[in-house]
Amino acid sequence: MNEGFILSNAWLIPAIPLISFFLVGMFIRPASKQAAGLVATSAVFLSAACAYMLAWEYYQAFAPEYQSIVPWSIEWLRYQEFLSVSVGVLVDPTSILLMVVVTTVSSLVHLYSIGYMHGEEGYGRYFTYLNLFTFSMLGLVVAPNIMQMFVCWELVGASSFLLIGYYYDKPSAVSASKKAFIVTRFADLGFLLGILILGYFGYHVYGVLSDSSTSVLAEMNQYSSTAIQPFDFKFLNHPAVIAQFADQGSLLGGISMLTLAMVLIFAGAAGKSAMFPLHIWLPDAMEGPTPVSALIHAATMVVAGVYLVARLFPVYAASGSALLIVAYIGAFTCLFAAVIGCTQDDIKRVLAFSTLSQLGYMMLSLGVATMAHPLGYTASLFHLFTHAFFKALLFLGAGSVIHAVHSNEIWDMGGLKRKMPVTHITFLIATIAIAGIPPFAGFFSKDEILAAALGNHHQIIFGIGLLVAGLTPFYMFRIYFVTFWGPHRTEGAEHAHESPPVMLLPLAILAVLAVIAGFVPMASFVHIGEPLGHHGINWAIAIPAILVALTGIGVAWFLYAGNQDRVSKLVQNLGVVYRVIKDKFYIDEVYLFITHNFIFKYISRPIAWFDRNVVDGSMNLTGWATRMSGWILSHMQTGQVQTYAAWYALSTIVVFGLLAVTLQ
Amino acid sequence: MVELLSNNPPGIWHWLILSTILFSIGLYGVLIRKSAVGVLMSAELMLNAAVLNFVVFNHFVKPFTIDGELMGIFIIAVAAAEAVVAMAIFVAIFKHKKSIDITHIETMKG
Repeated sequence: MNEGFILSNAWLIPAIPLISFFLVGMFIRPASKQAAGLVATSAVFLSAACAYMLAWEYYQAFAPEYQSIVPWSIEWLRYQEFLSVSVGVLVDPTSILLMVVVTTVSSLVHLYSIGYMHGEEGYGRYFTYLNLFTFSMLGLVVAPNIMQMFVCWELVGASSFLLIGYYYDKPSAVSASKKAFIVTRFADLGFLLGILILGYFGYHVYGVLSDSSTSVLAEMNQYSSTAIQPFDFKFLNHPAVIAQFADQGSLLGGISMLTLAMVLIFAGAAGKSAMFPLHIWLPDAMEGPTPVSALIHAATMVVAGVYLVARLFPVYAASGSALLIVAYIGAFTCLFAAVIGCTQDDIKRVLAFSTLSQLGYMMLSLGVATMAHPLGYTASLFHLFTHAFFKALLFLGAGSVIHAVHSNEIWDMGGLKRKMPVTHITFLIATIAIAGIPPFAGFFSKDEILAAALGNHHQIIFGIGLLVAGLTPFYMFRIYFVTFWGPHRTEGAEHAHESPPVMLLPLAILAVLAVIAGFVPMASFVHIGEPLGHHGINWAIAIPAILVALTGIGVAWFLYAGNQDRVSKLVQNLGVVYRVIKDKFYIDEVYLFITHNFIFKYISRPIAWFDRNVVDGSMNLTGWATRMSGWILSHMQTGQVQTYAAWYALSTIVVFGLLAVTLQ
Repeated sequence: MVELLSNNPPGIWHWLILSTILFSIGLYGVLIRKSAVGVLMSAELMLNAAVLNFVVFNHFVKPFTIDGELMGIFIIAVAAAEAVVAMAIFVAIFKHKKSIDITHIETMKG
């Protein structure tokens, strides 16, 4: 292997933000707020530069095979021989794609935050957490085994919790952060169980393979700096291992162990990627500062679920039913969130539902792929790539608007087109990109997803995808028209000013990326299984999709660009339907009902009673007994020297008496 | 009387019983006396019982050596020094508390 410097030191990419996290958090933050922001930002920019160099070196050295390599790893936990967990860096096209996305968006968000968070109370704390998040996310992306991924998975969850609850004196932010943490943590329970099942059978298969066919293991050990382990993705994804997995018997009802494990792991992925019905935390997570929403809850952390499914894609493909669940949950979330997005009035919530919907696209795209026709895999990661840029841009643009108007409500804005020209142009570019109008980025990836769905004969999913391709431009242009067109609706909109250059620069860079990201020939970089042939744009799918999108824009223009009478009339006609959608189908209320009436009543309360009375009770009894015996014995200490002497004399007599008796 | 004694010289048992009586009186005094000086005096009695034991055993077990007597001399010297220190402490306590009743010295009470 002719390795370059960064390729052999790929650990630098996650390590730089980690070092910066410690430095900023412990030494720089107490000294100077400004320096904390600058150091944190430059660390992430440095990490981004390393990621670009890594991508360059990798594509130079490994074209055109693109093996997955582990250039650096060390043993971390050793349970027994042949069962240990290492930490390391996995480099393959998928992880490089994610590294580039994460470092790019993260560095731009850091830069933007310098302007956005200026003068905030916890400026240094904010950048510390942001660095922690960037490290965790990069650690997740480069994980060569499922254990490292799980650890970093929890770390991104923790940093997301810290950042959603950044305004910790605001009750809504505190409850939102708790909600996000509890919901994702609940989902991660499934993930952990899935890992345990997979690890149990993985270890078994490992033993079988090392007895019978050592050549398979030797082949896996290629390009890796440590020996392959049962938790490694490379091991789990190997055809020989999957074939062994399939023989592992089934549960009651004919569900195979493999399917069970993969569905449980998907539960974790669905929690992190906010798939229905675990989506409830994401809209509330918008309580965090807007750049955080852009970075964590739009571009990077929420795609971790998609990334996890993509990482284990061969195993999912081996269990067809698990993949089908992925596809249908993705498709349902895609439609469900888009419908809700059409009715929300908080600009960040609309974007949150839009994120849900786009994540649904990515999931359904993975779900429709097979090892024989893997277009969906590429399409999903392509959409992840383009979505990261235009969605981050939308959030940062929304942040710029909120910064100027001091309100999240779109009906408090209006007429910002002239007040904030740069924000307006970049927001418009992102809106067109997400709407799927060529030649902007979203068009290409969405086209591939639709082609993948139709190509593998999933007509229903294709239909849902096409419908959402019309809803997306509708709700996006709805907020665009209300925010930027029309009259100034409030004082805040009247006196809005364009944001400072440090905020506009990231917007401009992301706008360029949102335009050109679609031209990246993704199919030749990221694919799985058979190499995809040259895949141009399938106009038979693209033209209907464009027409649907234009219809959505037209409807939005008709309803929202002019006077508001048409909207209010429509809302009145829709009546109950509108209310139900606007209240998000009452999913939150259903959760509240279930938790209060069943979980709290029949599970939590008895457990709490048991804990307080039995567990704590036995502890308290021990303490009480000790205290009482101490109290009794303390009476023996009278302070009277003669009492002591009497005890002493008496004991001596007793001891000597005993000695005399025994020695006789 | 003199004749009786010279005809029946006291044996080891007599001396040991005497030292036991002395020791017991001393122990009784240490446990009962309220005055610190009384306690000290009683302690001296116990020491003297020990000295008597040394001398008696020397006399009856190894008559031609002086090991036990030497020890007795040592104990008398140490007891003298101890009495000095103890009296000094009592003076200090008296200055502080205007009393040397040891039942009043109870700072160590639990």
